[in-house]
Amino acid sequence: MPQVTLTVNGQTHTAEVEGRTLLVELLREKLRLTGTHVGCDTSQCGACVVHINGESVKSCTTLAVMANGAQVTTIEGLAAADGTLHAMQEAFREYHALQCGFCTPGMVMSAIDLVNKHPDGITEQQIREGLEGNLCRCTGYHNIVRAIAAAADVMHGKRTEIASAAQ
Amino acid sequence: MYDFAYHKPGSVADAVKLLADPDAKAISGGHTLLPALKHRLNKPSALVDLSGIAELRGIKRVGNAIVIGALTRHVEVATSAEVAAAIPALAYMASHIGDVQVRNRGTIGGSVSNNDPAADYPAAVLGLGATVHTSSRKIAADDFFQGMFTTALEPGEILTAIEFPIVDKAGYAKMKNPASRYVMAGVFVSKAGGAVRVAVNGAGPCVFRQAAMEAALAANWSPDAVANIRQSPDNLNADIHGSAEYRAHLVGVMARRAVAAAG
Ligand SMILES: Cc1cc2nc3c(=O)[nH]c(=O)nc-3n(C[C@H](O)[C@H](O)[C@H](O)COP(=O)(O)OP(=O)(O)OC[C@H]3O[C@@H](n4cnc5c(N)ncnc54)[C@H](O)[C@@H]3O)c2cc1C
Ligand code: FES
Ligand code: FES
Repeated sequence: MPQVTLTVNGQTHTAEVEGRTLLVELLREKLRLTGTHVGCDTSQCGACVVHINGESVKSCTTLAVMANGAQVTTIEGLAAADGTLHAMQEAFREYHALQCGFCTPGMVMSAIDLVNKHPDGITEQQIREGLEGNLCRCTGYHNIVRAIAAAADVMHGKRTEIASAAQ
Repeated sequence: MYDFAYHKPGSVADAVKLLADPDAKAISGGHTLLPALKHRLNKPSALVDLSGIAELRGIKRVGNAIVIGALTRHVEVATSAEVAAAIPALAYMASHIGDVQVRNRGTIGGSVSNNDPAADYPAAVLGLGATVHTSSRKIAADDFFQGMFTTALEPGEILTAIEFPIVDKAGYAKMKNPASRYVMAGVFVSKAGGAVRVAVNGAGPCVFRQAAMEAALAANWSPDAVANIRQSPDNLNADIHGSAEYRAHLVGVMARRAVAAAG
């Protein structure tokens, strides 16, 4: 059986997998990182998005063997060791950007990549287009878009704290 | 998915050797192949992962052409300054394939070898009159696309790069299915001196050239020139997403938009 060695949230893991093992199966079933969800398993919903070498990728459509040697970040790897949330997580909480929460891990991972790719600022239109690969059955997206805009201000250093949703 | 052996060769020559096994299959970004394997539509004995082959990567300008390595991902073409300067319509097209995550993994080589009737790249390859480079030869776009999911590639032959000529004008417009993000009907137009090419994707079983529109645009390069040219619905795709008549109508609309975008 093929062996893979990869770094997940800063920790190096080596695992035996089958050729056909998906990255999401390795994460959830072998490494027990169940924050990454499987919504569709047909590459369309984005619930399974993780970062491979800093870029958002659908882990249901990536073989574990293809992530050999990669740096993988999942939703579990975002908060600081003391539990302080990443700005994007904090913004999702503040802006009520989740209801059932099923899409949220993938949404947050996609959103962070999106904001990182727009270092000079991001417009509402760019946020909406950038979320094309993430489906949410609950929220209607408006609060997700507001949360990402608020997180972008912090990630870009324009503010030190997430702006209050009440404003 | 059925299980398979996995190989990751470091050179095209080694990959060709591994693909001599008729039951082995190449994998690049996996964003077409893995969904198909999940449906058990296919039972390869081995996957040959091309992603470790450095010679298949990269975008470079060679003379009056842009040469894009097969493993180059859609995001790289979409954000390449070289492509944007030379053939902006190609960068625009790449930036509208699927979604961000699909563009982060999917490759030009995988898309063109697969020749999905609803894929974007075949329209650019045919519409620009590009040349397909493979592990053994060079193939003109006009000879490459042969039918639904069918190309001139022989079993075991690897697409290595695509050479796009730099033209005077080019434009692309598509109507995409809002759920799958694939093309319902798209048109890629280009003009190089007096030579005009109009390639239609999404509408038929395979990308094709629209001769009447090419003649009209050669005489008068403007959106109006194609306004009265009717695409016949005969042999176009009809499915739950749209009838052949609807797709035929869209071809006219997309052609006008593509010419307008080309300027
Ligand atoms: C949700 C979703 C939406 C999408 N939307 C679009 C869209 O709007 N437009 C669009 O054009 N595409 C779309 N795609 C497809 C995407 O662009 C694919 O990534 C692409 O078509 C195939 O590239 P790949 O590198 O993933 O190929 P793979 O899946 O790795 O391979 C595809 C096929 O090509 C063969 N192959 C791969 N590389 C080579 C090579 N170098 N030489 C010879 N054979 C090779 C493989 O054996 C396989 O048969 C979408 C995909 C998904 C999952
Ligand atoms: S579970 Fe991967 S895209 Fe839906
Ligand atoms: S919060 Fe329920 S799917 Fe998005």
